[in-house]
Amino acid sequence: MPAKIIVKDIRKSYTSDRGPLPVVAGVSFEIGDGELVAVVGPSGCGKSTLMSIIAGFDRPDSGSVSIDGAERTKPSKKGILISQHGSVFPWLNVQQNLMFGLNGHTHGDKEGLADHYAAMVGLKGFETNYPHELSGGMLKRAELARALVVKPEILYMDEPFSALDALMNLRMRNELLRVLGEERHTVLLITHDVEEAIHLADRVLVLSACPARIQATFEVSIPHPRKLSSPEVQNLREAILRELGVYTE
Amino acid sequence: MARGRITAVRPVVVKKAWPSLMVAALLIALWWILVVESHSVIFPTPWQVLTGMWELVKDGSIWDHIGASLFRVGTGFALAVAFAIPLGLWMGWVQGAYATLNPIFQMLRPISPIAWIPLAILWFGVGNQSPIFLIFISSVFPMIVQTIAGVHTIERRYLRAAENFGVSRYTLFKQVVIPAVLPHIIVGMRIGLGVAWLVVVAAEMIALRSGLGYLIIDSRNAGNRYDLVIAGMIIIGLIGLMLDRAMRLLEGHKLVRWRYAR
Repeated sequence: MPAKIIVKDIRKSYTSDRGPLPVVAGVSFEIGDGELVAVVGPSGCGKSTLMSIIAGFDRPDSGSVSIDGAERTKPSKKGILISQHGSVFPWLNVQQNLMFGLNGHTHGDKEGLADHYAAMVGLKGFETNYPHELSGGMLKRAELARALVVKPEILYMDEPFSALDALMNLRMRNELLRVLGEERHTVLLITHDVEEAIHLADRVLVLSACPARIQATFEVSIPHPRKLSSPEVQNLREAILRELGVYTE
Repeated sequence: MARGRITAVRPVVVKKAWPSLMVAALLIALWWILVVESHSVIFPTPWQVLTGMWELVKDGSIWDHIGASLFRVGTGFALAVAFAIPLGLWMGWVQGAYATLNPIFQMLRPISPIAWIPLAILWFGVGNQSPIFLIFISSVFPMIVQTIAGVHTIERRYLRAAENFGVSRYTLFKQVVIPAVLPHIIVGMRIGLGVAWLVVVAAEMIALRSGLGYLIIDSRNAGNRYDLVIAGMIIIGLIGLMLDRAMRLLEGHKLVRWRYAR
């Protein structure tokens, strides 16, 4: 698999009252084209900073990120960020939100395209609803569809489902897998939920406590659909949790 | 917040207004009793105020006064909106503009519009232009301040999303910045219009030959017609209330309803 994203020795510190506070300390990895890589790590430890840098919103102090061999310095439509709190515009209805990224005249039938993706994520019939009329799960679907409409090559998902309740979280994971089955994208997923990582990812990277480095890598070779109660998944989960310093026995 | 929703049905409105109507009736009764008991020759009873108001309606002069005041407020306020909103958006968006102009506006803002009256008369005379200028001065600052605050409080995640999708500057403003700021602009307009109405009456008391402020001062000067003074005050209050209600209707508009939902 050719490398789509190459992250090379990223470092980032923030300034605090007591001098520089390193949050990311030399993170390197590669993501293959069409691969879904999950990064898990303890809360409040550089995960979102790392995502911000990879998606192009933030600059690292040193190190580089390249996409398809070209260095990434600013965000672009090629990779869309989906974050925990969401960024569906509350003042636009679902269809207008989905058409937001379709600027210029190169997209042809924008409404048709928006409606196609609304249907793909299960929002058919809600095109004219405003976000405040939707549930949390539906908002996530709208956000996912808005990203898919612009045909991004990469999805950056930063704790995408962690604001949802457990049931909706599980449902959205299955939904994401179904959508990715229809349209393959390269996905970088950041989460603190180990089970979610195993459920979705081809590979799981475990980050250390602050400052973040990659501490371990786990290949997830279990074929889809994955049964979360299977011994393989449970063993892997325990191994990852142990890596994070949590013992389940 | 349920504020700004206009789905309330009539009986509910009446039910909600009931306690205020009761208090108003009590106050009027108290007023009446006090006037009668004190045997005041100058201070009118509610009934005298009502007949005084009827007199104004009958000879039609009330409509001229209301029309003159509304025209001045309308013109001054419209000018202020046209000036404050683009300026506020610019100052909110461009840090340099904010740093340069904000201290000046903060210094001008606490000066009462009444303090500008001598200058207004000097510059514009005693025609319509003076009160229009005073209304402009009084309503422009709250609207600038609110618009700037609106731009400054746009949530970062929305700006990031716009950046991520690589939209043009035009789309960024039309579909993100302006809709996000609109609820703040409407609050600014409500405050601005409220202040404008306060000021027009004060301005008319001093310089002019028409308007509700003039009506009050003229009624007093021309024979102590306190019934007409109070009638004028009540009309000013009622129109102010209606103006505020009209502005509140804007809060129910579908472009800003998101702000008040949930």
